[in-house]
Amino acid sequence: MIRAQLPVLQVVIPLLAGPVCLLLHHSRLSWGLATSASWVALFISLALLDQVLITGPISYELGGWAAPWGIEYRIDEINAFVLLIISGINAITISFARASIEHEVNEKRGHIVYTGWMLYLSGLLGIAITGDVFNVFVFLEISSLSSYLLISLNRDRRALTAAFRYLVMGTIGATFILIGIALLYMMTGTLNMADLAARILSVSDTRTVKIAFAFLTAGIGLKAAVFPMHFWLPNAYAYAPSAISALFAGTATKVAIYLLLRFFFTIYGVEFSFETMKLDRILLPLALAGIFVASTIAIFETDVKRMLGYSSIAQIGYMVLGVSLVSVTGVTAAILHLFNHALMKAALFLALGCVFFRVGSVTRGDLAGLGYAMPWTMGAFVLGGLSLVGIPLTVGFISKWYLIVAALDQQMWWLAVLVLISSLLALVYVWQVIEVAYFGTAGDRSVKIKEAPAALLIPTWILIIANIYFGIDTSLTVGVAGRAAQALLGTAS
Amino acid sequence: MLGLLTVTAIAIARMDQLFAAVMLFGIYSLLSAALFVVMDAVDVAFTEAAVGAGIATILMLGALALTSREQHAVPRSRHWIALSVVVITGAALIYGTLDMPLYADPNAPAHLHVVPRYLQQSMQEIGIPNVVTSVLASYRGYDTLGETVVIFTAAVGVIGRLGIVPEGVVESKTGGMEHHLILRITAKLMLPLILLFALYVQFHGDFGPGGGFQAGVIFASAFILYGLVFGMRSVTRVAPSIVVRTLAAAGVLIYGGVGVISLLLGGNYLDYNVLGDQPKDGQHLGIFLVEFGVGMTVAASMISLFYAYASYKREE
Amino acid sequence: MQIFGLYNYWIVIILMMIGLYVVIASGNLIKKIVGLNIFQTSVFILYISIGKLQGGTAPILVEGVTSYSNPLPHVLILTAIVVGVATTALGLALAVRIYGAYDSIEEDEIQKQDATS
Repeated sequence: MIRAQLPVLQVVIPLLAGPVCLLLHHSRLSWGLATSASWVALFISLALLDQVLITGPISYELGGWAAPWGIEYRIDEINAFVLLIISGINAITISFARASIEHEVNEKRGHIVYTGWMLYLSGLLGIAITGDVFNVFVFLEISSLSSYLLISLNRDRRALTAAFRYLVMGTIGATFILIGIALLYMMTGTLNMADLAARILSVSDTRTVKIAFAFLTAGIGLKAAVFPMHFWLPNAYAYAPSAISALFAGTATKVAIYLLLRFFFTIYGVEFSFETMKLDRILLPLALAGIFVASTIAIFETDVKRMLGYSSIAQIGYMVLGVSLVSVTGVTAAILHLFNHALMKAALFLALGCVFFRVGSVTRGDLAGLGYAMPWTMGAFVLGGLSLVGIPLTVGFISKWYLIVAALDQQMWWLAVLVLISSLLALVYVWQVIEVAYFGTAGDRSVKIKEAPAALLIPTWILIIANIYFGIDTSLTVGVAGRAAQALLGTAS
Repeated sequence: MLGLLTVTAIAIARMDQLFAAVMLFGIYSLLSAALFVVMDAVDVAFTEAAVGAGIATILMLGALALTSREQHAVPRSRHWIALSVVVITGAALIYGTLDMPLYADPNAPAHLHVVPRYLQQSMQEIGIPNVVTSVLASYRGYDTLGETVVIFTAAVGVIGRLGIVPEGVVESKTGGMEHHLILRITAKLMLPLILLFALYVQFHGDFGPGGGFQAGVIFASAFILYGLVFGMRSVTRVAPSIVVRTLAAAGVLIYGGVGVISLLLGGNYLDYNVLGDQPKDGQHLGIFLVEFGVGMTVAASMISLFYAYASYKREE
Repeated sequence: MQIFGLYNYWIVIILMMIGLYVVIASGNLIKKIVGLNIFQTSVFILYISIGKLQGGTAPILVEGVTSYSNPLPHVLILTAIVVGVATTALGLALAVRIYGAYDSIEEDEIQKQDATS
């Protein structure tokens, strides 16, 4: 019986843990509850993935009302994988959070952090799992509002402006999505994704449906920080508390990219998205521009958190690039990179969280000599950085490999070369940090700096080990991503 | 009506006096509420009037009182950027309208698919005349749970950001208006009426427009009125902030808890049929409970918002 | 006839765009929030227009009436209104705190202060 109810428990457990955290009114207790709920969510997502791989897509009717009248949860390979990414990164980062949050956020607001955290988690899981477009909007707003809150909890006053800017951009994006949903509803009379996909075929040549497509793409693209709609991201990441930066980096934009895949492939279908709308011709240049512009800015950025933020924009470019190739290998590469990028970026932000815990700053100059003062922390940063560049034996290599194979499949050797060149840019910005940490002249201050506590190092290293493990044994990730890509592309044929 | 709306919107855009812009927004919101009535959306009109013209405008005025009242003129460059974005987006939308079904066309797809079941069968399946309530609380009840969580999140956010005084009585810089005899007496007369009306709206939502959300807003407005007239000190004695916050969380838990109970009784999440001996009884009970949860969270969240703004002190 | 049937939507689009213009053009944080509200309220009108049915009445079932306006957009917009006010409340709270930290709610002045500090 429990098994049949897993889809809804996935979302409702964190959703209800949120208000309880507020009632507990105690920082440690609410952390304990939130952490337990997070690990339960991770196990549920594993069970769901397992079930989907064996039995195929799962459908769950909320309120017992059949779709399209009621709201449906629908889980197939792709969103089961996304659920796993979110709940996995979340479980690790929240385990990291206790010491880090106590250090960075006012004690009195501790329980508010975890209330917001749980609501954020349930929002993201709710977006990923649902089969109803309006339900997407509702959970999108839960996750957005709680993320504005989480960013703004940092003591730095720039966190306030970052949160405000994110709020304005996020609301514009959400309203665009709302307009898109209105137009789709107007033409089809339904809000259920599967029903939409079936009914859209007969009206796919209307201008209304095309404009709905444009608005949905723009709205979700804004949320996903697809270049050139990325301006909110670097500050939002940089000025959030460390643990929360890691959480966002591993989850927020991933869900938005998933939504894009959902709309492009499942709802509108390959034919409409890429033949009628010629979406690939827009996405490909945007992806490349995003990769090169953002990587170049990252090189000149001295605040390491902001640097990683720009790097994320570049990495989102790789995912969009994979999608724009419209082949099974390309989409596989994009989905793989969702997973792999979540691993590497969350690991890097956690390592920076360790640095901030001891040093109180993450400006590049202040990292001088840390390679010796904090060997485990910087060791983690180096390995995470290598993964970001795409060195063999790390997950970063796997993503790039599939991307290059996809490009070569379509005789686009120039694209493969560009991907390689862009990796060199990543090498430059990662190397700058490593150089300072290991070869920079340490001032007398860094002598006193100790290694970060184990409570912070263990979660960080779990992610680093995952970076290497999934870089060597790719059977799970490539297998699932491949099946998801086939399912997405297969819907059109 | 649409003409009036346009004039108001343009006036807001051109207005540099923030106070006037906010008041105009209140008017804009009221006008759209009137428009919703014309378009048969009575529930929505009710909510828009209470929320847009009421709560949102009050919040904006509160924020203005705590900041500054005038804005700088828009720089030329920005004006052109904004104008071009808006013209492109608007043109795209108008292009999109060209294939739309005409306004109020009975053969539009929106009227032919999905909705007929709500209109024809909700009486047998749920048994209450207000279809909006049926869809809101049962067919799409899960969205409404999400909505309740959203307002709760906002309340947590504002408490977290503005920093509400943890418990007990709030000292405030505004002493209220105890000296105005007429105001005090009017307020005293009004309060029971407002509370009664709120209860009516809460429990009458099955038959007429209304329901937990609107009732919550009205209920909160009684407390806000009390706080404004008699001062923060008295209102927090009646409803200490810790209690209010607890109620906000409890409302969400009631709603979510109904879902958990239906799970335990062997149904799907939020399936009210299993709550009673007859499906219809179950639906009645379920809708009653979730509307209660919504009302509680909304009222408590709105009161928390008010407290947070009223007790905010700048950290120097 | 065609023009008249769509005229309603066009006005709504103009309203939305006025709201969006205020959000983008205005440097004042509170004015931005006002703009967002206009933008959203206009989208609500768009939804409710979809629900309107010629000769229909409010969707509260009464004996003898057969033609009702579409209740689904009403439900969606009830949700969206709540989401809107939640965003507004949080945005304004942030604006108030920003004023506390920077003594200004003008975007350009805040940027200037960040650049120098």
